[in-house]
Amino acid sequence: MTEPVIAVEALEKSYGSVRAVDAISFEVAEGEIFGVVGPNGAGKTTTIECLEGLRAPDGGRVHVLGLDPRRDGDVLRQRIGAQLQESALPARLRVGEAMRLFASFYTRPLEPGAILEGLGLADRKNVAYANLSGGQKQRLSIALALVGDPQLVFFDELTSGLDPQARHATWDLVRDVRAKGKTVFLTTHYMEEAEQLCDRVMIIDAGRIVALDTPAALVRALGAGQRIAFGADGMADDVIRALRAIPGVERVELSAERVVVYGQSDRLLAPILDVLQQAHLSFHDLQTQQPNLEDVFLALTGREMRD
Amino acid sequence: MTIRGLSTFTWTQGKLYLREPLATFFTIFFAPLLLVLFGLMYGNEPNEMFGGLGSMDVTVPAYLGIIIVTVGLIGLPIQTSSNRELGILRRYRVTPLRPLTYIVADVTSYWVMALAGVVALVVVGKLAYNVRFEGNILSVLAGFTLSTLAFLAIGFVIASFAPSARVAQTVGMVVAYPMMFLSGATIPYELLPPTVQRIADFLPLTYVVRLMRGLWVGEPWSDLWLEVAVLTGILVLCGAISARFFRWE
Repeated sequence: MTEPVIAVEALEKSYGSVRAVDAISFEVAEGEIFGVVGPNGAGKTTTIECLEGLRAPDGGRVHVLGLDPRRDGDVLRQRIGAQLQESALPARLRVGEAMRLFASFYTRPLEPGAILEGLGLADRKNVAYANLSGGQKQRLSIALALVGDPQLVFFDELTSGLDPQARHATWDLVRDVRAKGKTVFLTTHYMEEAEQLCDRVMIIDAGRIVALDTPAALVRALGAGQRIAFGADGMADDVIRALRAIPGVERVELSAERVVVYGQSDRLLAPILDVLQQAHLSFHDLQTQQPNLEDVFLALTGREMRD
Repeated sequence: MTIRGLSTFTWTQGKLYLREPLATFFTIFFAPLLLVLFGLMYGNEPNEMFGGLGSMDVTVPAYLGIIIVTVGLIGLPIQTSSNRELGILRRYRVTPLRPLTYIVADVTSYWVMALAGVVALVVVGKLAYNVRFEGNILSVLAGFTLSTLAFLAIGFVIASFAPSARVAQTVGMVVAYPMMFLSGATIPYELLPPTVQRIADFLPLTYVVRLMRGLWVGEPWSDLWLEVAVLTGILVLCGAISARFFRWE
C-alpha cells in the first residue's frame, strides 16, 4: 500500500492556557473521505489549519503528501486545495475572474470553465461574489479548491449555514471530488453528514480523539440495540408476553398508547409484525430506530451534539 | 507561483479598486475637481510669491501629494484591513500565492491607480490653465514613484496595526486630512502662517510636495537630497515595520 496522504503523530496546539489539540495521532489513506466531527471548539479547525500549514503546531509531527506543511509549504500548496471556514472573496470579484485568478496561482491548473460547468455555476460567470446565494458561494469555494488540480482537498465546515436540500446536493459534489481520485479531508459538526459522507470518522472532543473508525463500526461498537415503536389499541398481556418471547428482544415498554420494543438484533421487525398479526391487533405509526453517530457521540462524551 | 500569477493578480486588484466608486472618485476625480475649483478663485496669473509662476503652476505638482496621500493612507489601509477582516487574505494563504507576490501586485496596482489620478490632474491643468512644466518627465515619474512607495509603506503600517477596517479607515483619515492642509499640498506652503510652516516641516507629505514642486520646475536632484532622504527613510523604516508586524489574519 502507498504511504498515507496525511500522517499525524501526537499533534499539539494550545492557545494561551487552552489546549485546542491535545496529542492526537491519525492517518488518512489515499482516496478516502475522512471526516473530523465534534462540537464547536473541539479542535477541528485547528487540526485542519495545522495540516494546511496555516498554523504552526506546538508539538508532534505532521506530514501531508509526504511534506512538512510549515517547511515545504510552497510545494505543498501546489498540491492541495482548500475551502476555509469564515473566508470570503472580494465582494465585487466576479465568479469567472475569481476562477482565472486562482488558476493563475498554480503551475498546472484545470480549465476553470469545465469546473464551473460541473458545479452548476457556468451561467454565473459574470456575477459578483456578493450577489451569489449561500449555496452558490459554497459551490464557488469548492470550484476554487479544485482549480489547481489538487491531490488532497480540505473542506472546513463546508455545509454549515446551508439548508438541508443544498447540504445534500453538496454531499454529492464531495463524492464527485473523491470519484476523481482525490482524497478528501473534511470537518463538520453535523453527525448525519459524517455518517452519510465519510469512509472514516474521527470524533474529537476538547482536543482529544474520542473514537476513530468507519461510521458503521462506530455504531456497532456502541452496542446499542434497535428500537421499534408503534401505537396500538387494546394491547393484551399475552401479546406483550409474546413480544418479550421473541429472540433478541430485551424489554418491552408500554405507555398510554404506545409500545416500544428494545432489542439487540437487527431482525426484530418481522417477528414483531407476526405477533401483532396473529393477535389481530391493528397498529399504527410504526417506527424503527437504528442507533446513529449522534448516539455514539452521546455515549462517548455524555453530551448531546447540537447542530 | 508564476509571472502569470503576478500579472493576473495585479490586474484583478486594479479592477477591484476601480469598482469601488469612492476609491475611484478620490483617486482620479477629486484632485482635478479641486484644481478647477481653486482655479476659478485664483486663476493662473504670474505671482511674485511663487517666483513668477501662477497659482495653478504650483498647485498641480502639489496636488500630486493629495493623490498619493489618498491612495497610501486611505485606499490601501481600508482595502487591506477589510480583506483581512473578511478572511480574503487567509484564503490566499492556502494557495501558492506568495506573500511577496501579493505585496508586489498590490503596490503595483495602487501605483497605477495613483498614476491615473496624476494623468487626469495634469490633463485638466493643461487644458484649463495651460500650466507650465519645466522639468523632466522621467524625473517627475521617479519622484512620484518614490513618494507613492513611501506612503504605501505608511499605509501598510496602519493596516498592520489596525484591528479592523473601521479603525484603519479612521486612523487613515485622521492622519491624511490634516496633513493635506498643513503640508502645502492643498494650500501653497508660501501662504501658510509661520507656525503652520514649522508644523509642516515635520509632516512626511511636505517632503512629497517639495519634491514634486521642485522636479516640476526642473530643479536638479542635488537640490532635493533632503526630500529624497526623508522619503527613502520613511520607505525603509515603514517597510521594515510592516514586514515585521503585518498580519494575514
